[in-house]
Amino acid sequence: MEGLVNQLPIGLSIGAVLLLIALGLTFTFGQMGVINMAHGEFIMAGAYTAYLLQDQPGGFLGSLVVAFVVAGLMGLILERLAIRHFYGRPLDTLLLTWGVSLVLQQAARDLFGAPNVQVASPSWLRGSLGILPYNRLFIMALAALSVVAIWLYLNRGAQGRRMRAVMQNRQLAAVMGINTGRVDQRTFFIGSGLAGIAGVALTLIGPVGPTLGTYYIVDAFLVVVAGGLGQLRGAVLAAVALGLLNSYAEFWTNASLAKVIVFAAIIGFLQYRPQGLFVLRSRALT
Amino acid sequence: MLSVDGLEAGYGRARVLFGVALEVEPGQLVCVMGRNGVGKTTLLNTIMGVLPATAGSVTFEGRDVTRLAPHERVRLGMGYVPQGHETFPQLTVLDNLLVTLEAAGRPRKAMDAALEVFPRLEPLLRRRAGFLSGGQQQQLAIARALVTRPKLLILDEPTEGIQPSIILEIEAAIEHLHADGLAVLLVEQYLDLALRLADRFVILDAGQVVHAGGPEDLRAEKVQRLLAV
Repeated sequence: MEGLVNQLPIGLSIGAVLLLIALGLTFTFGQMGVINMAHGEFIMAGAYTAYLLQDQPGGFLGSLVVAFVVAGLMGLILERLAIRHFYGRPLDTLLLTWGVSLVLQQAARDLFGAPNVQVASPSWLRGSLGILPYNRLFIMALAALSVVAIWLYLNRGAQGRRMRAVMQNRQLAAVMGINTGRVDQRTFFIGSGLAGIAGVALTLIGPVGPTLGTYYIVDAFLVVVAGGLGQLRGAVLAAVALGLLNSYAEFWTNASLAKVIVFAAIIGFLQYRPQGLFVLRSRALT
Repeated sequence: MLSVDGLEAGYGRARVLFGVALEVEPGQLVCVMGRNGVGKTTLLNTIMGVLPATAGSVTFEGRDVTRLAPHERVRLGMGYVPQGHETFPQLTVLDNLLVTLEAAGRPRKAMDAALEVFPRLEPLLRRRAGFLSGGQQQQLAIARALVTRPKLLILDEPTEGIQPSIILEIEAAIEHLHADGLAVLLVEQYLDLALRLADRFVILDAGQVVHAGGPEDLRAEKVQRLLAV
């Protein structure tokens, strides 16, 4: 019983991290059909940014901002230099970004060494509120804040309107005067930036290593698939569910059996709802 | 105003257009006709830059736009209403209009003018476009092109699959816009409507212009044969 309660903040915070990662993926996948395997390395880049900046003035909150920009720029460069030449060819982008992912991991090994490094949590995040440790609470708040920010961006401004238009009908958007290339760049920047933020969040609950991203990227893709492409609500629900399932399955069995349980659950769910929790529906059949 | 010369295009190795030439003078309404599969939609898509031209040129107001991206052509004043009353289904009617207005960098006033042409849309502004009827979606599609303040309006079968009463409204709207001096390039299968509206005709067959002329020529037997199914 005690374990049941203790596992709750762990599951929720893992869900929150998955959500931050999946937000970026679901929009790059939903809008551009790009399966970005290098997304995990943007998480790693964010985590190492926090590592490098931990003794700098501005501290932890400052590193969130810097990590967003660093990871966002990496995403933007990847999109401009490589991915944009492969639009409409999902398998080729998959291979390409996987290659980039391996290169970035090796680069991290060369720069920071193969062993994991530790980021000291800021003192104001030590301690807990009842059963909720401050650091895990902070991660949940961070994810909630990001979801609100993304929702506002999508639904309350000209840029978000443009992004939704491109997501729903790219060709129509182009002949209606929307510069779709520009919209793609912006989506990539924001999505990758969120991965950077997820990376900083991860430094609060574990060590940082070159393969940090690989560990989370598969689960984040599961969130995208289970939640429905480009669906904010779906991503939130799926991320929380997956985070909880992961941590409880791990608690009651062991790490490898937990993965089996999670995968089996997702496969079962997709049999029942192949398009995920939420699907774009309308009278127009397109 | 619009001048197309020797235009060729296709899908991969399948060529569809074989050297199409046509002119739209300022204020003129030109109707492109022809049977199914002769390349009418391909021609419009190539004029708008959705499909790249493999040869030939598209000139708009004296400027060669053959290599420009579609959104740049819109900014120059080419407004496009694609086939099949397409909308952004999850956006509201208002957002459908706003998103093009903002992208083309036109003032908010442009929207009022477009809604004046299609007053039926006014009470629907908060509805999602995907839930409108086909006729309402087509009116929205034309209004959405109008908020970009086009100098030339390009329409691809605006009456296809639309109920007759709405067809009359759309026809009246096109006639009204044309009377105000807007140049129009129209693809239309509906012969009566074309005869009432158009100043000039271009008839396509197998990716080539086989006939061009005024409304009086359209009644000739040779021409009728080209349009017969």
